[in-house]
Amino acid sequence: MTSIQPDAGGHFGPYGGRFVPEVLMSPLDELQQTYATAKDDPAFQAELDHLLKTYAGRPTPLYFAKRLSGQLGGAKIYIKREDLLHTGAHKINNCLGQALLARRMGKKRIIAETGAGQHGVASATVCALFGLDCTVYMGEEDMRRQRLNVFRMRLLGATVVPVTNGSRTLKDAISEAMRDWVTNVATTHYLLGSALGAHPYPAMVRDFHRVIGLEARAQILETEGRLPDVVIACVGGGSNAIGIFHPFIEDKEVKLIGVEAGGRGPALGSHASRFAGGSPGVLQGTHSYLLQDNDGQIALTHSVSAGLDYASVGPEHAWLHDQGRAEYCSCDDEHAIAGALTLSRTEGIIPALESAHAVAEAIRLAPSHPGKVFIVNLSGRGDKDIDIYRENLKQMDQA
Amino acid sequence: MTRIAKLFEKLREQKRTGMIAYLTAGDPSPDATPALVAALERGGADLIELGVPFSDPIADGPVIQQAGDRAIKAGTNLARVLHIAAEIRKTSEVPLLLFTYLNPALRFGFERLAREAKAAGIDGCLLTDVSVEEAGDYVKVMREAGLDTVFLAAPTSTEERLKLVAQYSSGFIYLVSRTGITGEQESISGTAMPLVQRMRAHTSLPLAMGFGISTPAHVASLEGKVEAVVVGSAIVRQIEADSSRLEEFMRDLSRPLLSPDGASRSAVPGTIS
Repeated sequence: MTSIQPDAGGHFGPYGGRFVPEVLMSPLDELQQTYATAKDDPAFQAELDHLLKTYAGRPTPLYFAKRLSGQLGGAKIYIKREDLLHTGAHKINNCLGQALLARRMGKKRIIAETGAGQHGVASATVCALFGLDCTVYMGEEDMRRQRLNVFRMRLLGATVVPVTNGSRTLKDAISEAMRDWVTNVATTHYLLGSALGAHPYPAMVRDFHRVIGLEARAQILETEGRLPDVVIACVGGGSNAIGIFHPFIEDKEVKLIGVEAGGRGPALGSHASRFAGGSPGVLQGTHSYLLQDNDGQIALTHSVSAGLDYASVGPEHAWLHDQGRAEYCSCDDEHAIAGALTLSRTEGIIPALESAHAVAEAIRLAPSHPGKVFIVNLSGRGDKDIDIYRENLKQMDQA
Repeated sequence: MTRIAKLFEKLREQKRTGMIAYLTAGDPSPDATPALVAALERGGADLIELGVPFSDPIADGPVIQQAGDRAIKAGTNLARVLHIAAEIRKTSEVPLLLFTYLNPALRFGFERLAREAKAAGIDGCLLTDVSVEEAGDYVKVMREAGLDTVFLAAPTSTEERLKLVAQYSSGFIYLVSRTGITGEQESISGTAMPLVQRMRAHTSLPLAMGFGISTPAHVASLEGKVEAVVVGSAIVRQIEADSSRLEEFMRDLSRPLLSPDGASRSAVPGTIS
């Protein structure tokens, strides 16, 4: 690795950067400066650590999935239990950090986008905690398939705005949130929920999630007395993955595997496998791999999991991919659902559909890796996906 | 000298504020665009911004988003827009500015874009999501081909950023009247005039003001204060509602910039060199 930090302009190699309308350039500078100051302020770190411990529930356990490992008869599979955090997913790590920054900047209004609704719920939660006004943009299609989270956000006092443009999913929700931010920039902080978008978001969101990897690294050293052979995480925008990968990047012997949504198959429009099916381009503020057509129009995507259903990927993942430091593969809808069923019935843990993609990849690899140690990042719990699991239960039981 | 520079020289001589008209090329169909541009020109447009549709236009409001969707559905892409430009050039010398987002241009390739745009009679380009920090290669390639590069300046831009915008721009500078996306407004934002004053401290380039300008009254309020005004969403909406009245609609919007004999009503202040 030549560098694991972005340069001053937020570039990871050729990726990243800041591609936004001029109106947003100064607010992004303000955010970058506020974050840089806070990062070096022990009081900021202490307050964040305290909230992560007493409010969010950190550290999360690193759990040895003994029955699952035994049944597969190969690798020892450890599960990093981000699903046990308050609000049910890793997203709260970043939301607490950015809420503290919003307070420093004197911004009283928060906007956020959400796909699966986990980031929306975490945003609504921290806004309730800090007494901030909260508006969440969510694609109409995602509101339909993640109804429980829509209700949770409203219960927490947030306004959920349905987005009816384009594919009515995460990408369209981000565009709508950016339009709101451009308009209300003086009063509003955009609490972006993935390691995406214009600088400083990809590096800042990563930093707020690094705690996942730092804990997992210390926990596996304590339990196994050595580093893992493989770390596996699902990749939509890529926040949970970069959070667990980053502290292992210098540990060259640890293989990092990101799992994208294979959806219904390899045709453009049927999946969200940006590395296998995409090419570099610029969307929503950053330069990264994109699913696009020959004219540079952004392609539609599909995944059974709303949180992975996105046409681009965080720029640091693009860089790790090109450097060969992380590998990216995909898991289709069917295998993800089957993986969720297996984990539920062997370990009593119902994963979020997003996380189920990582679980499925571990299940696929484990039998051929006897004696190896795997860590799977279980980024969220599956309550929100109960409707989809119910629809698929028959097919799941046949799996 | 590009057609854009010549236009602003002419406007200065005539002591007249110019009218810049935006339309989304290919809306409702690529074949319809040259005639719509001709109507805008007859109605008083001095410069045409040809919008190249993009699937995810984060700086645009619903009117231009929907026009872009219609244009894409009708088969419009960057190559087709250059073809439209060449078609317009057969009968008109009106300055043409390509107006789009980075990704379609990136996919097309900057060098190919510069070469083919120049050949098609395009005079310059504005990419709304390209900040000056990321613009080095793009500006170099466009300028070498003799194309102007127009950048946006916003009420939120710091003095340092305005200085950079001035450095990277040629032809004119596009001032965003307010924080927000494109679309029609009741009145011109109070942030508009301070931005004009701040920008003039850093440049002698002509200034055009856009975003939210949709009525003759808005146009009148800017007359003599900037070198040109930009109307976009209101034109796109008129094309959608009734394109046969486009020339008349454009004439109503341009009227405040002309005295009855066609000359200007007041001099443009500032220092255009």
